[in-house]
Amino acid sequence: MTRTIDKRATLSYVGSVLKYLSAAMLVPLLVAVIYAEDVWVFAASMAIGVAVGGGLERLDPDPELGPREGLAVVSLAWLAAAIIGAVPYLLAGYGTASALAHPVNALFESTSGFTTTGATALAEISFDRHSHAVLMWRQLTQWLGGMGIIVLMIAILPELAVNGAQLMRSEAPGPDLQKLTPRIAETARALWAIYAGLTVAFVVLLYALHLVGLAPEMDLYNAIAHGFSTLPTGGFSPEGDSIAAFSPVVQWVFVPFMVVAGVNFALFWYVIRDDPTEMFGNTEFRVYLGLVTGFSAVLAVGLFWGGAPTTAIGGATQGIAGNALRQGVFQVASLMNSTGFATANFAEWDIQTRFFLLLVMFVGGSAGSTGGGIKVIRWLILFKTLRRELYTTANPDVVRPVRLGGEVVDEEVIRGILTFTLLYFLIFAIAAMFIELDTARIGQPLSGTEALAASLATIGNIGPGLGPLGPFGSYEFLPDTTKLLMIVLMWIGRLEIVPVLALLVAGVDE
Amino acid sequence: MHVVIVGAGEVGTSIAASLAPDHEVVVVDVDPDRAEQLKYELDVLTIAGDGTTSGIQTAAEVERADMVIACTDDDRTNLVTCGTAKTLGDGFTIARVKSTEYLRTWEGNEGAFGVDFMVCTDLLTAENIVRVIGLPAAIDVDPFASGLVQMAEFEIAAESPVAGQTVSEADRFESLTFVGIFRNGEMIIPRGDTDIGAGDRAVVIGSPESVQSFANDVAPDATPGRADEIVIVGGSEIGYQTARLLEDRDFKPRLIERDSARARALAEDLPNTVVMEHDATDTQFLSREHVDEADIVVTALGSDEQNLLVAVLAKRLGVDRVIAVVDSADYVTVFEEIGIDIAINPRTVTAEEITRFTYESVAENIAVLENDQAEVLELELTEGCGLVGRPISELVDEIDVRFVIGAITRNHALVTPRGDTVLQPGDHVILLVDSDDVGEIASMA
Repeated sequence: MTRTIDKRATLSYVGSVLKYLSAAMLVPLLVAVIYAEDVWVFAASMAIGVAVGGGLERLDPDPELGPREGLAVVSLAWLAAAIIGAVPYLLAGYGTASALAHPVNALFESTSGFTTTGATALAEISFDRHSHAVLMWRQLTQWLGGMGIIVLMIAILPELAVNGAQLMRSEAPGPDLQKLTPRIAETARALWAIYAGLTVAFVVLLYALHLVGLAPEMDLYNAIAHGFSTLPTGGFSPEGDSIAAFSPVVQWVFVPFMVVAGVNFALFWYVIRDDPTEMFGNTEFRVYLGLVTGFSAVLAVGLFWGGAPTTAIGGATQGIAGNALRQGVFQVASLMNSTGFATANFAEWDIQTRFFLLLVMFVGGSAGSTGGGIKVIRWLILFKTLRRELYTTANPDVVRPVRLGGEVVDEEVIRGILTFTLLYFLIFAIAAMFIELDTARIGQPLSGTEALAASLATIGNIGPGLGPLGPFGSYEFLPDTTKLLMIVLMWIGRLEIVPVLALLVAGVDE
Repeated sequence: MHVVIVGAGEVGTSIAASLAPDHEVVVVDVDPDRAEQLKYELDVLTIAGDGTTSGIQTAAEVERADMVIACTDDDRTNLVTCGTAKTLGDGFTIARVKSTEYLRTWEGNEGAFGVDFMVCTDLLTAENIVRVIGLPAAIDVDPFASGLVQMAEFEIAAESPVAGQTVSEADRFESLTFVGIFRNGEMIIPRGDTDIGAGDRAVVIGSPESVQSFANDVAPDATPGRADEIVIVGGSEIGYQTARLLEDRDFKPRLIERDSARARALAEDLPNTVVMEHDATDTQFLSREHVDEADIVVTALGSDEQNLLVAVLAKRLGVDRVIAVVDSADYVTVFEEIGIDIAINPRTVTAEEITRFTYESVAENIAVLENDQAEVLELELTEGCGLVGRPISELVDEIDVRFVIGAITRNHALVTPRGDTVLQPGDHVILLVDSDDVGEIASMA
């Protein structure tokens, strides 16, 4: 038995992923043709992607994957996706004053898209500076990354399905992979079908609001663009003012779909299969909804009492129940599961409300959702494990398994969760320190809280932070070293740290 | 009745012994020595061989058997035996199993595996333990008439307020009847003026509430109606089933198991039980965990020696009631003589359950008392049978058999028997009868 990673097989798989992913550039190419802008950019990018992918694919005509190769394929495929996704930005930005002309910014924007973070390196987002096609590609990267590019590939490529479970495990958000059908490819297809179905429903609803005149700004382009970024908990918007650009009705419509995006998609499969108790009896689902409701209520009351100064965007909330409720609910629904849309500039809110949002950001979505962060199920198991450990310290002879919703949680899973959470906080803290020192180095220091928020916003795939990195700010001014660190944070945050670090450890062993 | 019994272990032998006088019994066992031995012990035909095969079953004339009882120690052998028997004839098949999984499958689809009645040894034993736990001071409890009536046997301690009273003084309850008193191993049929002494064992039959109230009279110091602290020692299948049944009744028992993997598995299956991983013979551990303050300790370890050791330790620490599972029927009296409150033998329990099927469906239910000195039967009376149509006082005078009617249920309601009560067809009569006269009474119903 060999302990080395089969590099040819790994790269061959990554090549396949890259090749088919590049085909997705047909969408922005179509937009480019319609608006007659940047057509050559996407034609060229697609050609590069298909050529490089096809070339890598030829390295090994019959690749076989072991567990180590599986980790490597998932980790590298996401890196490769981020790189190929940056090519159109670079080509379109070449020779202009656009921030995307800089390779680090382009890679940052692409990584942020695929990992559904929604942090932007663009200081100014408008159709004057960027073409409709480029901004649509920016939205599409989120949608491709949302349910997982590997899951997508398993759904459409039969040759990947052979090792599919192995690959999906490394990519799936949450402590465990949930197989819905005996064949992994069918599970992948079911998940993507639910995801695509919800997206289409959302787009239709938004455009219908536009047609009946309730949403003047929500034209077909915007409806599709926001459909591409809501269900994957992305957070990019082609509008500079994010969701504040739309009417209150539209903002309310966003809320349920953002909440849905943080739910385990496998649960919808059970609902479709006429087994709704799987969903409504699910402990994580109930706790998730409870947290969204509870946090929303607290924030709404806080805003009503004057937790936010009147800002140009979002309007006054003090003493205005309707606005306080809408701002409270929207921000919690958006930040808890790591979407990152905003209807108010919460970066300028009072310290108490800002800290509250920081707390909300730590929660994350559910396992098996498109959301990032630590995830509700991990918090639940962590608290139950801590209680168990304290109890057994006092009663050393008692054997007490950790239970979740009546089911016993495997000790192996608990260990995985403890490892993940420890790594998450460790990396989060070290990265925050690095960001603070690095920004001080270039003379534009972030405050301690802002550095913590920036670290959390990237590793948790949330997007907006606080201070200058707020929902209407930009990451553009940060030094390149910090941006590169953040690219790594978004990457490992999306893959939930362990696959990437395990690969590094395996590489070092070699 | 032609009865074929496959498996001549303790259960099979005990069943064969109680059936041999009245029925034609064939016993099959794989061990030729055992078969040979049994041939002389009991008046039965024995065949040595594999009881699952149709060759051996044909030799035992299963095709004309009224009943086939598979009671070896192996679940699968018993199931296959019943399956084979069903291909040969149409006798009533009874299988003894240990696994509750098979029982659940069978309950979901009666007739599965070709089994007409399934007896789950460990579950039966656990049910027995749980019934005894529910009634402080009782040494044996059995439900009759679908739970409308309870039979209970109590040991009267010297400090009990009942000791020294006459039966009519002690029986303050409308629906309770004293049916028997065991004194120095002898059965006494109680009259109103019979004295109840310390050390006696009294058998009562009545509604569950009246039995419960009487239990409180017998031992007022014991936790009234409900034991709070129950400790089960040993995570055997019986220990597990006992804990599970107690959980169903909203108890939160503690269970001590030595093996860490087994302890973990038990803890996973028993959410409301505190499972402790430790050696229960460690006295320091027992006092550290305040096992002495427990109301009830149940020992369900793998061997009789270990059960004896733990039971004696628990008794010495001052536990109120100790219930011990005793694998070997011979040791039951030894345990009780040493001072263990209740010794339960799984094989006796199983044999009792299987034997009740052999009274040609007249006896609906049966309990065996004091080493089979007396039995409590539930009989369903038919039109024109010898017990119907006359007051009970006349019957008692006329029939030359030692028996006492404890309770009657008529149309699912309890009727308290008095001397002038007239029995009717369709009545369920729960009565205590001398073991020697069981056949006679059963034939009159």
